[in-house]
This record gives sequence, C-alpha cells and structure tokens, in this order.
Amino acid sequence: MITVEHLTKRYGAQLAVSDVSFSCAPGTVTGFLGPNGAGKSTTLRAVCGLTLPTSGTTAVAGRPYRELPNAGRHVGVLLDAGAQHAGRTGRETLALAALVQGVARSRVDEVLQQVGLAGKPAGKRVGKYSLGMRQRLGLAMALLGEPQVLVLDEPANGLDPEGIFWMRGLLRGFADRGGTVLLSSHLLREVEAVADQLVVIAGGRIVAQGSSEELLASTGTLVRARDRAALTGALAAAGIGVTPGPADALIADGPAEAVGIAAATGGVPLLELRPAGGDRLEELFRSLTDPTAGAAAAADRQIQETSA
Amino acid sequence: MSTATLAPTTAPRAGDAPAAPSLLRLVRVELRKTYDTRAGFWLLLVVALAALTVVTLQMLFAEEPDKTFAMFVGTTQLPVNLLLPVVGILLVTSEWSQRTAMTTFTLVPARSRVLTAKVIVGVLLGLLGTVAALLASALGALLTPILTTDATDWGISAGHLAQVALLQVLTILIGVAFGMLLLSSPLAIVLYFVLPTVVTIVANTVGALAWVRDWLDQATTMAPMFEGLLSSGEDWARLATTVALWLVAPMVAGWIRIIRSEIG
Repeated sequence: MITVEHLTKRYGAQLAVSDVSFSCAPGTVTGFLGPNGAGKSTTLRAVCGLTLPTSGTTAVAGRPYRELPNAGRHVGVLLDAGAQHAGRTGRETLALAALVQGVARSRVDEVLQQVGLAGKPAGKRVGKYSLGMRQRLGLAMALLGEPQVLVLDEPANGLDPEGIFWMRGLLRGFADRGGTVLLSSHLLREVEAVADQLVVIAGGRIVAQGSSEELLASTGTLVRARDRAALTGALAAAGIGVTPGPADALIADGPAEAVGIAAATGGVPLLELRPAGGDRLEELFRSLTDPTAGAAAAADRQIQETSA
Repeated sequence: MSTATLAPTTAPRAGDAPAAPSLLRLVRVELRKTYDTRAGFWLLLVVALAALTVVTLQMLFAEEPDKTFAMFVGTTQLPVNLLLPVVGILLVTSEWSQRTAMTTFTLVPARSRVLTAKVIVGVLLGLLGTVAALLASALGALLTPILTTDATDWGISAGHLAQVALLQVLTILIGVAFGMLLLSSPLAIVLYFVLPTVVTIVANTVGALAWVRDWLDQATTMAPMFEGLLSSGEDWARLATTVALWLVAPMVAGWIRIIRSEIG
C-alpha cells in the first residue's frame, strides 16, 4: 500500500510537484506516467524518504518511509539503475544489501537467477554492465528483501523488447500474489499492458488518474470524411461534439451509430468510422510531451472526464 | 541474459516487522565497503606496503641510532597517517560520486545510523592502521640484528603508543569529516591536503597569527604525537582546539547537511 497525499515539493522558485495525491492498493500495478521533468522522480524520491516534501505526506505500508525499521524488507526500490558502485561486482552489490537487511545469503543467488544475471555476469564489475544488465541488477536489489511493495523509476529503460516483456510478467506476478507495484515511465505503451491503474502527471500536477480500463476505454468514435468541414457541420447539426483526431480525422463524442446517421443525414460520405480506442489518452499524453500542442487544453478536458 | 526465468518470487508476505539492522551490522557493512571495490582494496594495500617500504629503507640505510622500535614506530606511522585519511574521505564521498547513497539511504532511512557506522569504521581503521604500522615496525626491529650489523632496542612507552593510536584515529576522522562536509572525492582530498598546509605556512610566517599556529595548526599541535611528545595540560588543550576546528566543526556541519539534503 502506497499513499501520497497533497504532496508538494518546491525548489526555490520552481514548483517541481504540486498537490499530488494518489494511492496504490495491494494486488495492483500503478503506472505513473508523464513526460521527462514532469515530477515523477521527485514524487518517487519523496515516497522513498530521499527528499523531504515542502508540504503533504507520503506513506508506505501505513507509515512514512523514514519510519520503516528495515525498509528493504517492506519496499523494494529501484530509482536509478546507474546508482551502483562501478567497482563492485553485481553479486557483491547484492551481498552488501543482503547483509544490511539481514536476509540469507542464498537470497542473493535466488534473485540473480530470477533476473537472469546468475553465473558469469554476477561476477563482473557493475562498471562493465550494459544499461539493461544494470536494470536487472536494480530489480534484483529491489526483490532481495522479499518486500510487499515495489517502487520502480523507469525500470524498462535500457531493456530490450524481450526484457520488457519479461519484466511485465514479473511485475504482474508480483501484484497477483498481493504485492503493490508503482512504476513510472515516460512511455504510455510501456505500462498500459501491465498497469491496473494509471496516474498521469505533467508540470508537477496530476492531469489524469483512474483505472486503465477507464482511461484507455473507447472514449468516442473516430470518424473521417473527405470533406472535414462538411462532416463537422453535419455532426454539429446532430448535436454531436467533436475534437480533432489523428491526421485529418475527428473524434466524435457519440456512438458510431449516431455518428453514421448524422453523416448520412448531412449527405457526407465517410471514409472511416470506428471506436476511438485509447487514442484520447495517447493524444493527451502526446500533447503533454509536446508543449506546443496545447497541453493545458487537453489536460483540462481530461480532468473533466476523469472527474465526471 | 537470455536465461531470464519467470520463476515466481516467494509470495509477498503479510506485514510482519523485520527488526532494524543493528549498529554492529551497519559497521560490518561499512567496513566491507572500504575494501570490496578495486580502488578501496588497492588503497588499503598501498597503505600497508608504504609502511613496509619505510621500515625497509630505514633498516638498511639509516644511521645506527635510528634502529630502535620506537623510532620505527615514529616513521611507519607517517605514510599510514598520510594515506588513511583518504580512505576516510572516500568512505563518505564514494557514496555520492558513485551515487550509492541512494541505495544506502533507501535501505537505512535513518541516515544518522549510517553516519555513526561510518565514524565507527573510521575509528576502527585508524586503530587497524596503527596496528599495521606497529607490525611493520616490529618486523624492522626484529630483522635489524639479522640483516644488518646494527643493534636494536624494543623499548617504547605506553604513552607513546597511545598518542600514536589517538593521532591515527583523529586524522582519519578529519578525513571522514571533510568527506561529510564536501561530499566530493576530489574536492575533499585536495582541501584535506592543501588547507592545513596553507594554515601552517601562513601561521608560521605572519607574526600576528602566532596564536593560530599555537592553537589551530595541525603541524604544531598534532605532529608531535608521532613521537609521543604531548605532555602538559596546555599541549592537550591545544590538541583539543585544533580537533574542534578541523574535525568537530566540519563533521557537525556535514552531518546536518546530509540529514537534511536530498539524495539522488
């Protein structure tokens, strides 16, 4: 269980995180999404007691991280795969952590096996590891103390497609056995396959939050005609609102049947008519990563949707 | 890498509360961190080799009166005293330069406990360094009559030994304090060596600063401990003021900074 309540972090004049609240329940994977610099890492560092919030609170397993007596046994943390001593071997890095947490030495070999670093790679110095291997070592570190909670910052960075697929399975299994997973990413596609819940953050504020089903569900109908202006007019005449879709398409705020009838009534031949899928979230997400695309407007729209 | 398995982890357990790592455990971890990297291992080895080299040179080339155990002790402590503080600095700064502080403080969020463990490790390494230098000195005193025609003398006072040990502990802790204050290996190492030297030079050339030389200059107040020469109460008071400036002040400031700072 992870709880973040009204978390605000200010660095001088810069507001890194503003009034962020969400919670992650046992048995679920929460995808924490946002463009680079949105405040994801600051939030995760606050959850792990590495940064003191300006205001607001965070709690893991019901108490502030700093009050966990043996933190590694409650929470597995991977915030930066590069933050390991280059001169230590992978096995030694884990052995030190095992010593701190008081877990059996045999756990070191177990997690090495689990992340696919057993054998030769375990004896190599971390400085010689590829980014993918460091991510695997970081996951091994996080799993070492058999925690109930995992907090992972961009764990898929540097992993090959096979590695990403493997990690999804690992996190899904962890959550299915009652664990709580919070993982961040700047790529929607990376987490949508595994997350039960999505929290989208931009500019330090939460802009969308809800179950993946809800957020990725069909949120309208994608419709395309050769004459876009005529189509807009026909839909408006039928009282169906539209927003710009990908390319020259429109996202109509109504079921396909109503949209089709409206177009037929208006005499506009259609080229395409289908459920819009999760495109709105993706669209929102793309607009967030591209500040020129009117992030604020998209964000407002999304907030209305999630609060509705 | 391709042998990655999907073997299930042990199921996440219910919320029992594993005990916090004891201070002894943290000391073992911090001690191990000083020698389990290539750099740390070689640094400690160089310290030991330097002590042996000094003994060998002194045994083979020094004039006769220099061959007593007490004199060996006086000289072997020098290289140990020069290099051990670097180990003390790296004990702290490597956590930042290698960014392992993130792992260290997520595993042990009570940062003061980690810092306490590091200070204890500093004390242990200071004592170990003293013992290593004593062993090298003993080897020198033992081999002198065998390898050379000179005589040796094993006499040494308990006071001399105690002062040497205290000096080693204080100097490595000054290193730890510089590391805590600056959190940067190159900066801490350079300032550790340059600042006291500058103070020595300035305090000895500017007449008005004689009080600095007498009360705050390591070369004046601490160096005599190599020979076990601190005797009067004033000597010890001068040591105390010097230690307050070079050890206590930076350690307290650095400690507070680390407790409050953001890690990562």
